[in-house]
Amino acid sequence: MISTLLKSFKLTIAFCVLLSVCYIFILWVFAQVAGPNKGNAAVLELDGKVVGAANVGQAFTKDIYFWGRPSCAGSGYDASSSAGSNKGPSNEEYLAEVQARIDTFLLHHPYLKREEVPAEMVTASGSGLDPDISLKAAYLQVQRVAEARGLSKDKVTAIVKANIEGPLLGVFGPKKVNVLKLNIALEKADKNKNNIK
Amino acid sequence: MNTELLGSIAQIVLMVVLAYPLGKYIAKVYKGEKTCLDFMAPLERWIFKICGIDPNLEMNWKSFLKALLTINLFWFFWGMILLYTQQYLPLNPDGNAGQSSHLSFNTCISFMVNCNLQHYSGESGLTYFTQLFVIMLFQFITAATGMAALAGIFKAMAAKTTQTIGNFWSLLMKSCTRILLPLSLIVGFILIIEGTPMGFDGKMQLVTLEGNEQSVSQGPAAAIIPIKQLGTNGGGYFGVNSSHPLENPTYLTNMVECWSILILPMAMVFALGFYLKRKKLAYSIFGVMLFAYLLSVGINTYYEMNGNPKIEAMGIDQVNGAMEGKETRLGPAATALWSCTTTVTSNGSVNGMHDSTMPLSGMMEMLNMQINTWFGGVGVGFMNYYAFLIIAVFISGLMVGRTPEFLGKKVESREMKIATIVALAHPFVILLGTAVACYFYVYHPGFVENEGGWLNNPSFHGLSEMLYEYTSASANNGSGFEGLGDNTYFWNFTTGLALIISRYLPIVGQVAIAGLLARKKYVPESAGTLKTDTATFAVMTFSVIFIVAALSFFPALTLGPIAEYFSIY
Repeated sequence: MISTLLKSFKLTIAFCVLLSVCYIFILWVFAQVAGPNKGNAAVLELDGKVVGAANVGQAFTKDIYFWGRPSCAGSGYDASSSAGSNKGPSNEEYLAEVQARIDTFLLHHPYLKREEVPAEMVTASGSGLDPDISLKAAYLQVQRVAEARGLSKDKVTAIVKANIEGPLLGVFGPKKVNVLKLNIALEKADKNKNNIK
Repeated sequence: MNTELLGSIAQIVLMVVLAYPLGKYIAKVYKGEKTCLDFMAPLERWIFKICGIDPNLEMNWKSFLKALLTINLFWFFWGMILLYTQQYLPLNPDGNAGQSSHLSFNTCISFMVNCNLQHYSGESGLTYFTQLFVIMLFQFITAATGMAALAGIFKAMAAKTTQTIGNFWSLLMKSCTRILLPLSLIVGFILIIEGTPMGFDGKMQLVTLEGNEQSVSQGPAAAIIPIKQLGTNGGGYFGVNSSHPLENPTYLTNMVECWSILILPMAMVFALGFYLKRKKLAYSIFGVMLFAYLLSVGINTYYEMNGNPKIEAMGIDQVNGAMEGKETRLGPAATALWSCTTTVTSNGSVNGMHDSTMPLSGMMEMLNMQINTWFGGVGVGFMNYYAFLIIAVFISGLMVGRTPEFLGKKVESREMKIATIVALAHPFVILLGTAVACYFYVYHPGFVENEGGWLNNPSFHGLSEMLYEYTSASANNGSGFEGLGDNTYFWNFTTGLALIISRYLPIVGQVAIAGLLARKKYVPESAGTLKTDTATFAVMTFSVIFIVAALSFFPALTLGPIAEYFSIY
């Protein structure tokens, strides 16, 4: 027993060196060379200033921006405590919350019919950090954003179209729009307009 | 055709197609035949030399188990000490605190038994040091433990008559260096390219476009995720596991991670065929497992893509399916596929919140774990199936009036007793645990209130949350209906106990059966032998498993998910 325990100890240390040190080191070096941001989360910039992590959603509440999905991470899009709602499908309290979200969404988009409200815009994502929305959810917000910014609807629609990310290899998985990338593109377009003036 | 469904089909095809050659390779590794990774051999020899271990010493089943259990005991102390004192250890840039005694007990056991039930959240409950030297280390070596045990069983099954079943240390080492490590590296490279973090900086502080502050947790995630998936561990780096956009940033990473869950359990079945030179037996076992797996995938995909009828009733547009607890880049089909993949194996990682899946999807997730034999964890999954094979051989032997034999060995009362205990312990632990929790919930509301009230959902779904927790602990799965407030004395201790019982009792039982059978005299096959590699016997095994495993849970499932189903449809 004692001799087996001693062997276990030595073997565990050996595994630590092989796995927790060597394996980690190989991947770390690889990330420094081939990773998008030297091993850290990839970031997006606007005017040379970092405005967010590319894959991590952030809260948008102003009318001049496209909005992401409801979030249960911390007080909303808290990227240091990811969480879903974990509400069951039959929970009355939860269903009332969804109802309230639908009403709020309609209030901000008075031009929409109720049956047009996309379910993902009134249900919380799994991580609370979902960076994407569906194409439909993006198109529905175009009118609000265009009005708030004084841009033409066609112009904003064109920006959305330019930011669509298709399925993998064109065949696997859903189409989507990264909300942060879309809003950055929007800001850039808005700036160009101002420059022309 | 719908691109989400195409994605799911592609994932399943890639698993099955690649499991075959990998199975062939694994059989070669365990047999000690030549493989392309033989350059690891000097390193392995060198490690054994400094550890004072003789890797060529043949062990009988008792000393094999003794070595297995001793090193596991050692790992328990290793994990407890490091988790409890993590705030004093290096690599803690975010200044996270140590775990409480009951939480470190639960965490340590849960990773030691390859379950990875997590009652903490990865961002705040661990440091980079414990992520690497406890969590990730255990994810490698405990998966390797299960694989080594299965390799021992292979050897016992293959031999005509033998006292020994191989060397535990050597099989443990080879499982790590020849199988888990190389595959993890490949998966890790893909994740890094796709944007999963792999660094040692603390949280990234930034100002968002709207001018708010956001701090983004990161760290050496890309090292842990591959082995979390491949070793059927499932303990996520981040709190929400693979639904986190840094843990699983794109649809490609989702495909790779989902593939990694099932590839080794599938390959193990083929490995059995190659090792024993009984390919037909492997195909019939594979067929039963694949059938059951696809059945649950079909059910979950249907319900998740069709959405929640209660939300449908609010008159909004739900064409994208039930999106509560799901991610846009993955979609409901990918989450449905993953929810089945992770529960048929003992993986337990998630890419969407199971608590928010539709009632019958939730039921299939539980049923997969309650049956706990379809593919299963690396190694241990097939061993559970092995216990049911023995029972099926015995029952069909009685039905046709023949002495039950399996692979040329007579199955007698001692093996049958062990197999029955192993098969019944699983429902016993789950149902007893849930019953005790219900008792406290109803009769000691003050106690439950002190612990934070436990449940996040009322009524039938609340019962499902408790049932799911014990099911997951007992199946060594580790996923959860995470609404359950489970970081409390009650849940940390009771599920910790369930974890220990359901890991070691089956391993000991199954290795013992294999060891006992191996010692017996080999009876050559004759016209009177019950054939175990036919379609008839496959159906027979499926029925035995369904009757023994699934029906034990039917009353409990009726009160939980089935009742919930009827309340909303």
